[in-house]
Amino acid sequence: MFDLERWQEIFETLSKNKLRTFLTGLSVASGIFILVILLGFSEGIANGVKSQFEQDAANKISVWTGVTTKGYKGLNPGRYIQLKNSSFDAVENGYDDYLEYRTKDYMIWGGTVNYNNETGNYRVRGTMPDNQFIENADMGSGRFISQSDINESKKVAVIGNKIKTDLFKGEDPINENIQVFGMNFKVVGVFYDPGGDREEGQVYIPLTTAQKVFNAGENIRNMAFTVKMADDFDEAVAVSNAIALGVEQKIKEIHTVAPDDVSAVRVHNTLEQAQKFYSLIATIRAVFWFVGIGTIIAGIVGVGNIMLIIVKERTKEIGIRKALGALPMSIVGMILQESVFVTMFSGLFGLIFGLGLLELVGPLIESDFIKYPQVDFNIALSTVFLLVFAGALAGFVPAYRAAMIKPIDALRDE
Amino acid sequence: MIEIKDLHKSYHMGSNSLHVLKGINFNVKEGELVSIMGSSGSGKSTLLNILGMLDEADEGQYILDGVPIKNLNEKIAAKYRNEFLGFIFQSFNLINYKSALDNVSMPLYYKGVKRKERTEKAMHYLEKVGLAQWSHHLPSELSGGQKQRVAIARALASDPKVLLADEPTGALDTKTSYEVMELIQGINDEGKTILVVTHEDDIAHMTKRIVNLKDGLIIDDSPVEQIRASAHV
Repeated sequence: MFDLERWQEIFETLSKNKLRTFLTGLSVASGIFILVILLGFSEGIANGVKSQFEQDAANKISVWTGVTTKGYKGLNPGRYIQLKNSSFDAVENGYDDYLEYRTKDYMIWGGTVNYNNETGNYRVRGTMPDNQFIENADMGSGRFISQSDINESKKVAVIGNKIKTDLFKGEDPINENIQVFGMNFKVVGVFYDPGGDREEGQVYIPLTTAQKVFNAGENIRNMAFTVKMADDFDEAVAVSNAIALGVEQKIKEIHTVAPDDVSAVRVHNTLEQAQKFYSLIATIRAVFWFVGIGTIIAGIVGVGNIMLIIVKERTKEIGIRKALGALPMSIVGMILQESVFVTMFSGLFGLIFGLGLLELVGPLIESDFIKYPQVDFNIALSTVFLLVFAGALAGFVPAYRAAMIKPIDALRDE
Repeated sequence: MIEIKDLHKSYHMGSNSLHVLKGINFNVKEGELVSIMGSSGSGKSTLLNILGMLDEADEGQYILDGVPIKNLNEKIAAKYRNEFLGFIFQSFNLINYKSALDNVSMPLYYKGVKRKERTEKAMHYLEKVGLAQWSHHLPSELSGGQKQRVAIARALASDPKVLLADEPTGALDTKTSYEVMELIQGINDEGKTILVVTHEDDIAHMTKRIVNLKDGLIIDDSPVEQIRASAHV
């Protein structure tokens, strides 16, 4: 294997049969290349979907209301279902043991926010302290809304990082006053959110304050909970589903909504969504692996095929070599070493080319659903070795048969 | 150099069996130049293949340079072929992607000679056949006669005991044939034992002894007066 003379002989043979070498190499390199790209993109899709779910807690259940579409118990369709503090209390009391965090929100979609001469339009959201964890908000500085803010209806605000950038231009916003619809609020914290600009363009104020300053009384817009996570994902999904269903029924009961009215009360179960998406990712991965492995098998068959042709084409040469004193094993060795070298070299070439392309193109992809396409280098490398090994195995049989040809048969003139 | 006693060889094709060699006896001494003649089907090529260890006899004895050749496995056959024999074929059998020089050094490669020495020796034999200036040409760039001379240089490269030539002039025109025979005669003059299979009378008469085969038996084995090929060139 490490015989210099042997290598010289092989390089000579390869360089004098350029087309054959190139075609063998191409089939291997493209197989590996396609596999790397496929695996990279399946990883990218997985990353993208995961980051979609990182915006909020994964085990979140949120409740929104709308307009009824069905008459029920003598009430007409077209009623707007207004959630109240009492609706929230009812749910909280009913499922207290299962709930981790809970919040009720009252929000204004487009609120004018000023700081000195800077103005912007942001979502202003009255909320509860727990919302920090439900939204996966990360405090950059200061603090989130606290229970005492709620109790005393303080005029404090927690702003998203985007607002800090927009309005404060690098100044420290903590303890500064911003104006929301002309009312002064003291900034007590700045948060980051994995959801990005859309989530970071929000102002959080205490719910009680919001209800007072916007004349909302006992009204809330929506409520959200997180469910205590069981260790087993499937079990967690089951619990989460049961709670979501129970919450929906309870709200419908309180507000006299037909049980089959889907638009009046909507309960969104993130965990269930997550499970669907994760199983989708798993399916995509499986499909990509399937295609990838198919490509590899095609590559192996290709290598085996080319080996057969090579042996056929070189039968006479093998006969000559044997007549000149070549040992059968040196013939097998020559053919195998040649093919292993070509598959290895072109496999690595395909690997590097694929990885390079992912590195180069990956950061340029601006899609919510594909992020950081990448491949586990070890997996890619082991597929190269697998291909080389399988290619050698596929080539061994024809090579061995060739070595067993009697020189007299190989040399017979056609 | 070569001793053959009661050599038999049959080929089996389905239920038919073809008795090709039916008891061949003959000896070749060192330095002889022998031609084996016979019509097609007489068994002359089979005999040469057995002599060349490319094929094995069913019965009989074959002793080459004092070594009994029997029960050969591939490994030993390869070694003996490399050490004892040089082959010259009708269709030259050069490796077409290798230069003349590389073709000639091939037996030396399998003998385990180092590259530098290999190239030197190969060059020496190419000079001997008068093709030194063609050493880096591919076989496709050479004429038939030149190809056969490269093949002769290759057969000589490992300095074998015996040269076996199977219709060496079969693919060549008369003039080139005589040039090749002149070269073979010259090599024989230096003491190399050479066996030539041919069906051409004029070629056979350029050797020193003619063995005539018919239906698997030697019907005639007599020395002849050698005609020098140089007289015809």
